[in-house]
Amino acid sequence: MQHYTMNLTLKVWRQKNASDKGHFETYPVKNISSEMSFLEMIDVLNEQLIKEGKEPIAFDHDCREGICGMCSMYINGRPHGPWQHNTTCQLHMRAYQDGDTIVVEPWRANAFPVVKDLMVDRSAFDRIIQAGGYISVNTGNAVDANSTPVEKEKADEAFAAAACIGCGACVAACKNSSAMLFVGAKVSHLALLPQGAPERKNRAMNMVAQMDREGFGACTNTGACEAVCPKGISIENIARLNREYMMAGLTEDK
Amino acid sequence: MKWSELFTSSVGKKWIMGLTGIFLVLFLVVHVGLNACIFAMDGGVMFNKAAHFMGSNAVPRILEVGLFAGIILHMLQGWALELSNRAARKKGYAVPMGNKGSKWYSRSMGLLGTLLFLFLVMHISHFWVPSRITGLEPVLIDGKEYHNLYGEMLQVFQGNLAVVLLYVLGCFALAWHLLHGFQSAFRTLGLTNGRYLALVESAGVLFSVIIPLVFALMPVCMYMGWIK
Amino acid sequence: MLDSKIPSGPLDQKWTSYKGHCKLVNPANKRKLEVIVVGTGLAGASAAASLGELGYQVKAFCFQDSPRRAHSIAAQGGINAAKNYQNDGDSVYRLFYDTIKGGDYRSREANVHRLAEVSVNIIDQCVAQGVPFAREYGGLLNNRSFGGTQVKRTFYAAGQTGQQLLIGAYQALERQVALGKVTMYTRHEMLDVVVIDGKARGIICRNLVTGELERHFGHAVVLCTGGYGNVFYLSTNAMGSNVTAAWKAHKKGAHFANPCFTQIHPTCIPVSGDHQSKLTLMSESLRNDGRIWVPAKAGDKRAPNDIPEEERDYFLERRYPAFGNLVPRDVASRAAKERCDAGFGVGTTGQAVYLDFKYNLINKYGKAEANKQGLQNPDTETLVRLGKEVVKEEYGNLFDMYEKITGENPYEVPMRIYPAVHYTMGGLWVDYELMTSVKGLYALGEANFSDHGANRLGASALMQGLADGYFVIPYTIGNYLADEIATKPIATDHPAFLEAERNAAERIQKLMNIKGTQTVESFHKRLGKIMWEECGMARSQKGLTKAIEEIRQLKKEFWSDVRIPGDINEMNPELDKAGRVADFIELGELMCIDALDRNESCGGHFREESQTEDGEALRDDQQFAYVAAWAYQSDSNWQLNKEPLTFEIAKPSQRSYK
Repeated sequence: MQHYTMNLTLKVWRQKNASDKGHFETYPVKNISSEMSFLEMIDVLNEQLIKEGKEPIAFDHDCREGICGMCSMYINGRPHGPWQHNTTCQLHMRAYQDGDTIVVEPWRANAFPVVKDLMVDRSAFDRIIQAGGYISVNTGNAVDANSTPVEKEKADEAFAAAACIGCGACVAACKNSSAMLFVGAKVSHLALLPQGAPERKNRAMNMVAQMDREGFGACTNTGACEAVCPKGISIENIARLNREYMMAGLTEDK
Repeated sequence: MKWSELFTSSVGKKWIMGLTGIFLVLFLVVHVGLNACIFAMDGGVMFNKAAHFMGSNAVPRILEVGLFAGIILHMLQGWALELSNRAARKKGYAVPMGNKGSKWYSRSMGLLGTLLFLFLVMHISHFWVPSRITGLEPVLIDGKEYHNLYGEMLQVFQGNLAVVLLYVLGCFALAWHLLHGFQSAFRTLGLTNGRYLALVESAGVLFSVIIPLVFALMPVCMYMGWIK
Repeated sequence: MLDSKIPSGPLDQKWTSYKGHCKLVNPANKRKLEVIVVGTGLAGASAAASLGELGYQVKAFCFQDSPRRAHSIAAQGGINAAKNYQNDGDSVYRLFYDTIKGGDYRSREANVHRLAEVSVNIIDQCVAQGVPFAREYGGLLNNRSFGGTQVKRTFYAAGQTGQQLLIGAYQALERQVALGKVTMYTRHEMLDVVVIDGKARGIICRNLVTGELERHFGHAVVLCTGGYGNVFYLSTNAMGSNVTAAWKAHKKGAHFANPCFTQIHPTCIPVSGDHQSKLTLMSESLRNDGRIWVPAKAGDKRAPNDIPEEERDYFLERRYPAFGNLVPRDVASRAAKERCDAGFGVGTTGQAVYLDFKYNLINKYGKAEANKQGLQNPDTETLVRLGKEVVKEEYGNLFDMYEKITGENPYEVPMRIYPAVHYTMGGLWVDYELMTSVKGLYALGEANFSDHGANRLGASALMQGLADGYFVIPYTIGNYLADEIATKPIATDHPAFLEAERNAAERIQKLMNIKGTQTVESFHKRLGKIMWEECGMARSQKGLTKAIEEIRQLKKEFWSDVRIPGDINEMNPELDKAGRVADFIELGELMCIDALDRNESCGGHFREESQTEDGEALRDDQQFAYVAAWAYQSDSNWQLNKEPLTFEIAKPSQRSYK
């Protein structure tokens, strides 16, 4: 890998708090190594801002290895930046060239209000999980793990759906701010496993109802969510959610 | 869950779009099939007979009511969804995502649908209104009187370049609308899985190319005088 | 004075007997008892969920925006359990013994045995919750092997086991939130424990969004706040992982045990420059299939694929034939450091060794796949192609991650790896019931010291976190709370609450008022450098003495010259970080003091003064078979309490993996 350094122009959304109107600020950043991660580049800028007596840019980040789902920047018109199957923290500066201008915005959706600068409030996702994204099994109730064989392909598919990191890029990318990929992934994960079967109907109905209450839009199958999902969660999970939801609605006893 | 909830949730609303959409897709098959009778090159005999059957038999007449209901439901629900979906993001992005991840026509179903609505207004006033309400000139086939819908077609399209172009444009709008709508309806109804996905998708592409193409050929052929 | 409260009786009966005799709280009384759980990783989420299920009123706190972000999520390789599904001779005793031996005989037998016992329940619980562990074609669970063991007992979900387990626990937690049994406080950071009449009765925390301080009451407080590896600045921990909660508890009377026991993980992506903000682990499970080597000739600059087989030194296989690439982490790390220090390191910095998959890609997976497909005499290319597909399924996400960070394709070129700080075995001292030396204050998971001794075996952190949260604390906390049923909730305007809040506010004010010139980050980096150089993989009396001096100096400088922008009553990540770094500086000093005191080598703690002739760690059981539990006295002043370690079953011997 050829290493190089670059100078960039950053246009970043600044917003003091939820009630502030917010605006863009432009910052030059110099001597950025192609080896840095995108967030390390922001670190460099923040250090510079603090030294200049200005306020650093607030952004969510934690594990910096692409798994916690906390980082959430909309970079040059794409959530998590230009790379496929990637989170912002794993985006590296070799994706850019000297002289580039990079525009960084927070996730935009009514259901994800801005907390500060690039941070948004994604607690709507937690509330959707509370509505049914679990299997009701109290600690100590479990039978032996190998007592229920699970078809390997189903287990693999459930795993692929469960790989969702809850970052919200799907919502950020969707023109409708729909959370269907997130909900579809969770409903699929649990519906594909025999352990999840008893609560299947209620889970699908209640999670969709909560999703609607949170103010997410409806899914129009444009596929933008799948394209930006850092974990490559398939849009097929949305079709499965639709199926689960309707089967639940049509076959309920009451 | 109450029945009403089933159809008013975000998933339920989409189900209405999918169901009516597939119903309209089926209607298109019938419509294109009947209209293709003009290509029989028999001066419109077969076509006028077919049109007569559709206009006089009870079954198609009842279905016609359903058709109008389906179209209206599809339109109203579509517009309502478009508005509420747009409202889910009050503050937009400075740099739009554009085609990074989705096709323009997938994102423009509301616009394409509205164009189709405008097209429909024109189309209905050209053919349905005269044939059902204001009346058409009769034509004698085998000693029996028929509405000369074929004659009406010739009259509308021959020597009328602007109208022909509008019809062709309408068919383009239909093609793009179907290109997304066909497979999307199946997804919305949860009728796809890994196994059938490729089948549904390729059927969708074929359908969205062939049907509008055949439709578009009708005014073009009449205008060019290939069908008399 | 340090009573570890280990139940009497034979080792394998202690936990059963404890459960049979501990006090219980009846359901009606549980509803009246409030428990505070700080941290929502594997230990915290599982504890909060389980306590909620039992009927306690639980308040759970995390500093992240959602409980699902806790750093347990980043654990990759797997979780151990003595299920013996592979029929390869595993048992509770073996897991217990491997853990004690892997920890170099510096952990408590009774705790470790309990851990091994409940390990089997963890897997059952997780599967019931819908954790999608890897399975065989027959539908039953699959296993892989990890370092320091000779059986396959590690359950896994590709390279994302921690994520899947945490999501299981998170879902259980959210279920309790929905039922109203747990109240969740996200973006909240604990800043102090409130102690009333010698018992923990609540916490002070800062709402990170508004900057306000809040007082919360609990009949008991459970800290599940993880480890303190970020004291080294560069580690595999998350950026937010910190010691603050544990450190405040320490200053309120909880002893800090074995702080110098830190684990340096052998397989991490090497540092690429000064800008580096964190290090990324490549799972130990990769050592199942990757072979570690350096060029046999020092300073060999050829590309790895150009170096022929006979000019490579597979140094782990050479030095430790019995365990080969699967020696415990401390051993593997030191061996890699030894090679690099001797000039055999690779990469631009010379601070890296190769982890090479080609051999197993071809010989293990490629050939097996070819057999399955009935291919006769396939060429190498076919074998590589077939092998890649299997490897992708096992570790695909890790390989992708490596490529994103380094820009190199590990399917083609061997990975470059180097040891990095990963886990801290030390932590708050707890007794058998996981209670710290403050009554009613508990520490679970990585935050306590109890189970891993001087070195943790791979895939055991997840096991411990979940064991503590799901299966230990629900019993032991009842034993304490049974005597608290008459205690009415204490109003949070009690003087102790007010005082604790005032102290927290004053400290914040003090930090903000410094208005110096240097950033928090720069202090953290400097602390990390001191710690890594003098209290990292090799430690010496001279170095540690120097480090203590440097840290004291750094502390002075920090408190007189740090610059924190912004205000107090708003979201201010720099202020949060400043508080954490200030605590890290104090902890760093204690770690060096502890490392200096322990003049022996054991597990991850390697004192240069104490090694065998061939450079292996040399333990001194005569003098150091104890837990060093440090009591805070005043600034830079600790008192050492020793809890002697006795081994009835697993008799200490010099660890050998040869």
